[in-house]
Amino acid sequence: MKEKYKSSKWQEVINWAQKRSLFMLHYCTGCGAIELPPTMTSRYDMSRFGIGPAATPRQADILLITGYLSTKTLKRVVYTYEQMQDPKFVMGFGSCTINGGMYWDSYNTIKQLDKYLPVDLYIAGCMPRPEAILEGFLDLKQKIEAGEAEGYKKYKEEYEYYKTNQEKVLGEVKRRQ
Amino acid sequence: MILITILEFLLIAIFAMALGLLFMGIARKVVARTQKRIGPPFYQPYLDVLKLFGKDAITHGFIFDFGAIMAFGGMIATLFFVPIGGIYLYSMSGTLLLVIYLMAIAYLGMAMATVGSGNPLASVGISRALTQMLGYEMPFIVVLLTLIYSSGTSSIVGIMQAQQGGLMNWNLVNVPLGTVVAFIALLGLMGKKPFDAPIAPSEIASGPVVEHGGKYLGLIMLQHSVSIVVKTALFVNLFFGGASNILFFLLKMLIVWLLATLIGSVFPRFKVEEGVLFYWKWPLIGALIQAVIIIF
Repeated sequence: MKEKYKSSKWQEVINWAQKRSLFMLHYCTGCGAIELPPTMTSRYDMSRFGIGPAATPRQADILLITGYLSTKTLKRVVYTYEQMQDPKFVMGFGSCTINGGMYWDSYNTIKQLDKYLPVDLYIAGCMPRPEAILEGFLDLKQKIEAGEAEGYKKYKEEYEYYKTNQEKVLGEVKRRQ
Repeated sequence: MILITILEFLLIAIFAMALGLLFMGIARKVVARTQKRIGPPFYQPYLDVLKLFGKDAITHGFIFDFGAIMAFGGMIATLFFVPIGGIYLYSMSGTLLLVIYLMAIAYLGMAMATVGSGNPLASVGISRALTQMLGYEMPFIVVLLTLIYSSGTSSIVGIMQAQQGGLMNWNLVNVPLGTVVAFIALLGLMGKKPFDAPIAPSEIASGPVVEHGGKYLGLIMLQHSVSIVVKTALFVNLFFGGASNILFFLLKMLIVWLLATLIGSVFPRFKVEEGVLFYWKWPLIGALIQAVIIIF
C-alpha cells in the first residue's frame, strides 16, 4: 500500500512542489546560527530558491542543527523533531554534528548526530560559509526530487535504535503519548 | 438553475483564492526588491499551498478543526457580498454593514482554533488581534457611516454606482481625508506591517497559527489570500469608484495592494496598545472632521 502510494503520480507532484518550497526551522544551538542571517538576507538571499524561515516546528519542513549539541539541548531537539509534520528533513551543520569536531572529547556534547536523529544531509566545515549552505540546500532539493531524502521514514522504521541511543544519553525520557 | 448559482459561487471563490495567492506572490517579490534581494518567483505561494496540502497534519480536537473551517468559511461568505468588477451576487441595501460583521467571523474562527490548540502564544496572538480590531474599527466605521450618508445608500453596489462618471465623482476626491483614514484602517485590517502585532513572528511565533501545521496551514494561507481580495476589493469599491470592467478593477486592486505592501515594507511594528492608541487618536480625529465637513 505504502509503496503504491509512494510511486503514484500525485506523490510526484507533491515532491515537485516540496522541493521548491521549503520552510526551515533553524534550531540555533551552536555557532552556525550566525551564518544564517547573511544566507537569508540580501547578500545571498536564499528565498530565490523558495526557502524561507518558519516560526514553529509545526510549520517547518527542514530542521537545521547548527553546530554542537549539548546533551541538554538534544532533548529539546528530539521534541522539536517529533513535533514536525511529515515529510521532514534534518540537516547537520559543520563538523560538530558529523564527528564532534573540536568538542570530540567533551563530556557534555554528543558526537554523532546520526545516532539520535536521521540526518538527510551534512554540510562540512567549521563553520560552513553561506555559499556552502546554499550548495547544501540545492543538494537537498535534488535528493527530495529523486525521492531519496527519506530520513523521516527511517526514523519510524528504526525507532527502537534511535530511542535506545537517545536514552543512553538522556536517561529515560517520558513521552506523553 | 440552482446548479448554475452554485457553480457561480464556486467559480468566484476559486477565482478569489487564485487572485489572492498571486497578490501574495507579488507582495513577496516587491518586499524583496525593496530590501535589495531578488526574492522568490511570483508563483511561490501556489507552490507553498500545494506543498502544505501534501503534508501530514495533526489535529488538536474537534474545536480546532471547527475553528479552522469557520475562519475559512467566514472569509468565503464575506467574499460573496463584495462586488468584484461588474460581477456581484447581491445588491440589496445593508451589504456594507453585513460585510463588516462577517469579517469578524474569520477572527472568531481563529480564536476558536486557538482555544482548541491551547497554545499560550496563540492566545496572546488572537487577543492582540481582537484588541487591535477594536482600534481600527472605530475610525473605519465613522468613515463608512459618512459614506452611507453622502451616497444615501448602505449597499456596496449603490455606493459604487453613486461614484460613476469619471474621476471627479470618486470618493477619493470627494472624501479625501476619509480615504486616508480608511487606508490606515485597511493596513490594520490586512495585518500589514505597522499593525502586525497579532502575527509577530519574532516575538510570539506567528501568533494564532502557531499550532497550524501541514494542511491546516494551507487552509489558513487560502483564508489569508481570500481576505486580501475581500479587503482590497471593498476599498476599491468604496473609494476608487469600483469599475464595470474586471481588468480595470484588478488594476485598481493591485495599486491599493502595492501601496499597502510598500508602506508595510518600510515600517517597523507598533506594540498593540500603541496601535490602538494611534487609531483612536489621529485617524479617529480625521474621520470625525471629515464627517462634520460632509454633513454640514
